[in-house]
Amino acid sequence: MATDVIHGSKAVAEAVKLCDVDVIAAYPITPQTRISESLAKFAATGAIRAEYIKVESEHSAMSACIGASATGARTFTATSSQGLAYMFELLFVASGMRLPIVMANANRALSAPLNIWNDQQDSVSARDCGWIQIYVETNQEALDSVIQAYRISENHEILIPSMVCLDGYVLTHTMEPVDIPEQDLIEKYLPPFKPALSLDPDSPITLGAFANPSTYMEFRYEQQKAIERSFKAIEAAGKEYGKLTGREYGLLEEYNLDDAEIVLITMGSLAGTVKETLASLNDRRIGLLRVRAFRPFPKDDVRRLLKDVDKVAVIEKDISVGLGEGALFSEIKSSLYGLDSQPSMAGFIAGLGGRDVTPEDIAGVVKKVEKGFEGTGWVGLK
Amino acid sequence: MKVAVDVPSYVKCRQSCRASMSAVRCWRFKRNVKDVSEEELFAPGHRGCAGCGCTVAMRLALKASGKNTIATHATGCMEVVSSPYPETAWRIPWIHVAFENSAAVASGVEAALKALGKKDKVNVIAFGGDGGTVDIGFQALSGAMERGHDLTYICYDNEAYMNTGVQRSGSTPFGAATTTSPVGAVSLGNDRPKKDLPAIVAAHGVGYVATASVAFPLDYYEKVKRAIAHKGPSYIHVHSSCPPGWGIPSEKSIEILRLAVDTGMWVLYEIVDGKGRITYKPATKHPVEEYLKVQKRFRHLDDETIAKIQESIDKRWSELFED
Amino acid sequence: MVTLGGHIKETGSTTKTKTGGWRTFKPVIHMDKCVDCGCCWIFCPDMSILRKDGEYSVDLEYCKGCGICSRECPTGAIEMVLEEK
Repeated sequence: MATDVIHGSKAVAEAVKLCDVDVIAAYPITPQTRISESLAKFAATGAIRAEYIKVESEHSAMSACIGASATGARTFTATSSQGLAYMFELLFVASGMRLPIVMANANRALSAPLNIWNDQQDSVSARDCGWIQIYVETNQEALDSVIQAYRISENHEILIPSMVCLDGYVLTHTMEPVDIPEQDLIEKYLPPFKPALSLDPDSPITLGAFANPSTYMEFRYEQQKAIERSFKAIEAAGKEYGKLTGREYGLLEEYNLDDAEIVLITMGSLAGTVKETLASLNDRRIGLLRVRAFRPFPKDDVRRLLKDVDKVAVIEKDISVGLGEGALFSEIKSSLYGLDSQPSMAGFIAGLGGRDVTPEDIAGVVKKVEKGFEGTGWVGLK
Repeated sequence: MKVAVDVPSYVKCRQSCRASMSAVRCWRFKRNVKDVSEEELFAPGHRGCAGCGCTVAMRLALKASGKNTIATHATGCMEVVSSPYPETAWRIPWIHVAFENSAAVASGVEAALKALGKKDKVNVIAFGGDGGTVDIGFQALSGAMERGHDLTYICYDNEAYMNTGVQRSGSTPFGAATTTSPVGAVSLGNDRPKKDLPAIVAAHGVGYVATASVAFPLDYYEKVKRAIAHKGPSYIHVHSSCPPGWGIPSEKSIEILRLAVDTGMWVLYEIVDGKGRITYKPATKHPVEEYLKVQKRFRHLDDETIAKIQESIDKRWSELFED
Repeated sequence: MVTLGGHIKETGSTTKTKTGGWRTFKPVIHMDKCVDCGCCWIFCPDMSILRKDGEYSVDLEYCKGCGICSRECPTGAIEMVLEEK
């Protein structure tokens, strides 16, 4: 195992290399570009054997991935923000066809106004597309999660595409020490891709047929059942990975929850800031629950972990305009619905369009919640 | 474009049949029809309308390409009529993803075949209607052609969005009435000329580009074979009739397509490595009125407009056929 | 129970739907006039002209009665006859 100090983008590219991907189709967009650049360099130097399609748009990137995956290839793409929005209709096709495509999304704000900096509105808005969504905290986790994503998605009990979401700039352009596992270790962990469906003249199939009202609903039901099975698969993939590398992952990360009365909840790299803040506050009554799997959403685990807590505060980088709160807050409330003694709940919108979320901001949230704040609030709003 | 008139042997005929000559019309050259594969890779029971010319375009393309073919398809008539779940008309591996991306999906299929070491054994065809090709699928087509994938794109052109009920596309000819270019007090139908997509594809430096017509099946069959054999991207634009959309009786589906060629409304040519040649020269040039008057979509045109259309055809005709 | 990702294994299975029911007129081939040119066969949108050793017949299970075969026959060997149901 070699430790390297690298950007999050490079960490993703290293993971793709380790997974011996067959086809890559990607289109440049800030702040994802460095992922496609790193992969292009790997391809140019022969470090990877993948066919790299330099598509003319994100729409074609996902289309090409669908075509390639349906032909039996292990595929990868990466995008961000506008690019993910441009792929939107195809996200449903990829999951509807049950193709185990893996994508990295460098989380970035959506236009207008144009903004290239980090928030999580892009992938959070794509939560209903039928993909597994993993939000990572560090560059190491980005690398590890891409590898695990293939193992989860390609499991024949699952066959759901995965999106690994890493915060734009905060991770993609920030150097961190990352352990890069040995190739033979990953070969042990990730067996070669065995497609469940493949376009093959020797045993032809039709894919993408036209379903009328008599069958359409059942397809969605089957998808739901499959993604429910992925709860266990995500946990198992994280545990098994831990055995090989010493780094174990799950659906949620619990930090200082044992005696916690107040629990902060967030996703992605912001968890790092929260941990820093809590460490400096040094108060056993305050803990953190980091949601790693936003889809499938681990409702039961959230309910189990929060049922005896006094106060819950969600801090997230997205907003459902019109509802006035973020999606994570909505999911947490829904998870705790009907508890005998429900914790008081607060949801905070923070860091939109790359606005800094500082340890002071987090401490401010804690103070507010301690004083009994409930409902929705904004952090750092001018 | 100035192209040499060089009629290949497979469309030559020593005796004119009842209508204008084409290999299959000329029963003296029945050997040619027998060359066409007997294998039906597009199954009956599909939900295409009676007399649909587009299904003939699908059927013949598959005959030419053979069973070692993977096809991708844009949303549209042929996609919908051929894949009513849990039934399919296709006897080859086939995938439909969305409206505007048949060429991009085919790019992925081709890249996967390459990565898996299977490309030499399998042909890749991307199908799209005129809407899915000249309009919404234009970008994906341009990308796939420019990137040099080894695939054949076949646009079946019935000159409007027929699947959604005859709306105007960029491929609708001048003067045609559609539901979004209706005839009215201040409208004579579609007021723009047809987009010349084969020329645009040729401008990408694509090595094999051809126009074809379902009414000239052997010419089309041969062109699909050549496109498939061509290494790298190739493109065929096949004129295909739509009885309900054009307002023609189903039995006249083929003869009206033939009239398009015989009047010069549609020209059969191929461009091989940048060098163009006409593959069929009508024995006699028919006035365009013969083509227009038999279709409901053109029936409203007045003499002045017809003269204008004739004029533009004459100009092109003289460029193409008269040295 | 639907199939994984909506795939269809049974290729060519539209043959289960007998589109012959759409027909108003049916083609009748007069073999005495047939010159075995293959026009009817090659232009049929429904693969419903069956051709074997110079003999032609119509697959009435799928023929939609469009009349292309009759119209394209250079010798007038195919007649469209009102379907009696």
